[in-house]
Amino acid sequence: MQTLRYLLRKEFLQIFRDRFMVAQLMLMPIIQLLLLGNAATFEVKTARMYVVDRDHSETSRGLVDRLQASRRFVAVGSSPSTDVGDQWMLERKTDVILGIPSDFERDIVRTRTAQVQLVLNAEDGVAAGVTQSYAAQIIGAYANELEAELTPMVSTAARGSGAGAPTSAGARPIEVRARGWYNPDLNYRDYMVPGILVQLVTLVGTLMTAMNIVREKELGTLDQLSVTPLSQSVFMAAKLIPFWIIALVELTLGLLVARFVFHIPMLGSIPLVFAAAAIYLLAALGIGLFVSTLVDTQQQAMFVTFFIIMIYLLMSGLFTPIRSMPTWAQWMAQLNPMKHFIEIMRAVLLKGATARDILQPIGILALFGTVVLTLAVRQYGRRVG
Amino acid sequence: MSNAVEVRSLSKSFASVKALDDISFDVGEGELFGLVGPDGAGKTTLFRILTTLLVPDRGTATVLGLDVVKDLWEIRSRVGYMPGGFALYPDLSVAENLEFFAAVFGTTVEKGYELIAPIYRQIEPFRDRRAEALSGGMKQKLALSCALVHRPDILLLDEPTTGVDAVSRREFWDQLGHLKASGLTIVVSTPYMDEAVRCDRVALIHGGKILEIDPPRSIGTRYGLPLIAVRGGDRFGLLHALREFPHAHTVYLFGDELHYTDSRADAPPETVANELREYLAGRGHKGVEAHPIAAGIEDSFMELMGSAPAPTATAA
Repeated sequence: MQTLRYLLRKEFLQIFRDRFMVAQLMLMPIIQLLLLGNAATFEVKTARMYVVDRDHSETSRGLVDRLQASRRFVAVGSSPSTDVGDQWMLERKTDVILGIPSDFERDIVRTRTAQVQLVLNAEDGVAAGVTQSYAAQIIGAYANELEAELTPMVSTAARGSGAGAPTSAGARPIEVRARGWYNPDLNYRDYMVPGILVQLVTLVGTLMTAMNIVREKELGTLDQLSVTPLSQSVFMAAKLIPFWIIALVELTLGLLVARFVFHIPMLGSIPLVFAAAAIYLLAALGIGLFVSTLVDTQQQAMFVTFFIIMIYLLMSGLFTPIRSMPTWAQWMAQLNPMKHFIEIMRAVLLKGATARDILQPIGILALFGTVVLTLAVRQYGRRVG
Repeated sequence: MSNAVEVRSLSKSFASVKALDDISFDVGEGELFGLVGPDGAGKTTLFRILTTLLVPDRGTATVLGLDVVKDLWEIRSRVGYMPGGFALYPDLSVAENLEFFAAVFGTTVEKGYELIAPIYRQIEPFRDRRAEALSGGMKQKLALSCALVHRPDILLLDEPTTGVDAVSRREFWDQLGHLKASGLTIVVSTPYMDEAVRCDRVALIHGGKILEIDPPRSIGTRYGLPLIAVRGGDRFGLLHALREFPHAHTVYLFGDELHYTDSRADAPPETVANELREYLAGRGHKGVEAHPIAAGIEDSFMELMGSAPAPTATAA
């Protein structure tokens, strides 16, 4: 214990003596959070719309007006032929082509159904999906409006098919009323900021842990320390604890930014978030320790850590939903501590989940941490035996 | 227990390179034992095995009567080890480095002060200076202090004078002399032949093999061939000419002179020297001196190395 205290004192002395390191540890994640929290969103502000209106009726104009009035769409051009619209789409001058057939109004009045076509630029699939759902909402509302205007018996459906994906709007008689729970306004920031925070804290903590031990290898002090009564586990603890504490401090700063800059709701227990973070960080930094046992230079440590973190990051469910991944990837995601902790953060902060609700991911993290740390300490032991 | 170190048939390979090839030797208690050899000879590998950092492929080694494989923790707390290149924390001060290594051994600087004082006092005025800002000689003194602060029973020093100025080197060996006088066993490696003479015994090591173990003064006595020192004029021209002499065994540049070894073991050295003078004069080299000398460690080393199966045959 006495020895551990000396080792920790030395680690903190070295960390805080390096001004760049302190800036790197404390400021960089906060700056990144401020930047990315504002920038990273799936929200599509305004889609540019090219209108191909062959009907030129009051009803067709009404549809275009409703779309524009929503401010989700702005008409950037119109013509009765599709050729220009297609060309504009190719030149990326428009995001959406709205096609209204010539008998649109007549069909609605006569048969209570009509079709509109919505062609979306789906290069960015996520944005296209979001735009499509906005359009569906607006067209659906318009259909309701028309229904009320016409006889009570009239049922209207505006169906559009764009790029093979049908946009079904206001399909009567079944009405879909979507309500987003836990994040009712579908505020992407609420969803993204906790995830980004986890990612930043993990990256810095893991990288610093991995590079720190490798630095001692480079200096030769690791050999020197090995020829002392110092046990591997005490040595590893002395390397882990400083960055574990620093990562928790970073998380605290990040949560303050989340609360007071981004106004992220915090429904659940904050001590529970920290308890989960304490376990998660053991697992995450344990990976850093393990990496440092495998490599010889700080550069190698950096590359291997980035390799692992990138996979964790992209398979964490932060950018793409895990349920849409192939089965093997879903299994891999189960081994991703970052995924579990992002889920815990969202569950506790946005849903107010209790300890009981997050028992399973916490259990997985604890298990993961135990395995990684055991492996890391054993890998160190192997140098001698 | 009369031997501080016992090494028996020790071998260690890395991939296809034999770093140590069937090495055996003993170091007596209180002895100052030198391992002399060029870079890549296997010195560091040997130290890493003795300090329990590496496990040998074959053979056994004991330090203080303890097995380097089985009793590693006991050995680790009783040896003082100085790896090559001074393993210090550059961002910690002189005092912090020393306190840290004392703490790791569960002791304090005060308790070890008596032993390190003669060395540490020289750098104590700079106790608050960061280790990275020290000169090579000061780093070396600090590293030695760190290796001694827990009062080890044996000192293992891997090339402690590499990268250090000549004055500091001499001071360092003086300190080792004092430590030896206090009864401490010291095993030290060096690539410098001139340092080897300060050891009680020297092992010449090359290509993972020990070529010879002797007190430094008697190493040259086994040199069986006439050895002539040649000096004067154009050294490279002389080198070239001497190598073309019919009885030349080896010719090496040696500082500002050349060491010539004759292949005729029974030829009187004076006669050989005369022959050389005439031969060189005939080749147009004027004012050349040539006289017989006794072989030094370096001559022996060159000679032994020439006959050893060396994987890395070039040595300075």
